[in-house]
Amino acid sequence: MLPMFFWAFVIGGLFCVFGQIMFDVFKLTPGHTLSLLVVIGAVLDGVGLYEPLADFAGAGATIPITSFGNSLVHGALQEADQHGLVGVLTGMFEVTSSGISAAIIFGFIGALIFKPKG
Amino acid sequence: MSKKGNKTPEQQQYEKLEQKHELKRPVLKNCIRAFWVGGLICTVGQAITYFYIYFFNFTEQTAGNPTVATMIFISMLLTGFGVYDRLGQFAGAGSAVPVTGFGNAVISAAIEHRTEGFVLGVGGNMFKLAGSVILFGVFSAFVVALIKTLLIIWGVI
Repeated sequence: MLPMFFWAFVIGGLFCVFGQIMFDVFKLTPGHTLSLLVVIGAVLDGVGLYEPLADFAGAGATIPITSFGNSLVHGALQEADQHGLVGVLTGMFEVTSSGISAAIIFGFIGALIFKPKG
Repeated sequence: MSKKGNKTPEQQQYEKLEQKHELKRPVLKNCIRAFWVGGLICTVGQAITYFYIYFFNFTEQTAGNPTVATMIFISMLLTGFGVYDRLGQFAGAGSAVPVTGFGNAVISAAIEHRTEGFVLGVGGNMFKLAGSVILFGVFSAFVVALIKTLLIIWGVI
């Protein structure tokens, strides 16, 4: 259990350092950086590298935004496995629905509870 | 910078002056901060993952989903109380890259536009910042999954 925490810390931290280098060295905006990271996550899952990383680093791989790209591809491939090409469209949000729905639901609840500052 | 030829000498001089006074970004310091804050957020995520595995019978593969939802819930509270903004100023990418940063982008946009009403303000602007992540995530995932599925169908892999 402890090594899992350690690797989650290290790998998660490294993803963030990668993002910070995008910010500071390549002068990308946060929007560009996060979009790029999601695309990287999708490609990594396409070539089959993301799952081993997630097995190895746990939340260090599932918490950074790259895992969003990874789970999109995952859902699409799972469904494509059963229904062929159409599955790529229909299965897209299968795995990642929790992130999107949580963001929408908590976003709205947040807007109901909190008032804008300043 | 490639447009140097179109600029008058005064403009070039000003550019030099600007570069001289531009604040150097402390890259190494920022990276260290991003590393330990981002790492810490992922460690918290790992703790939540174990919580779901031990108390709610999720497996290591499926525990990621409720973990992400919980992290976004925490991010809502932190955003609402104004803590996440301060964390973002300190940690840069360390707070933006984890999924809590995605949650923060959605929730802060929702709260910010609340004065314009719930339909046009909150509903219309919620994904103002996070929309690009969803767009490029979905489109790249579509391309990747399409290529992989076609390769499987044609028997290449």
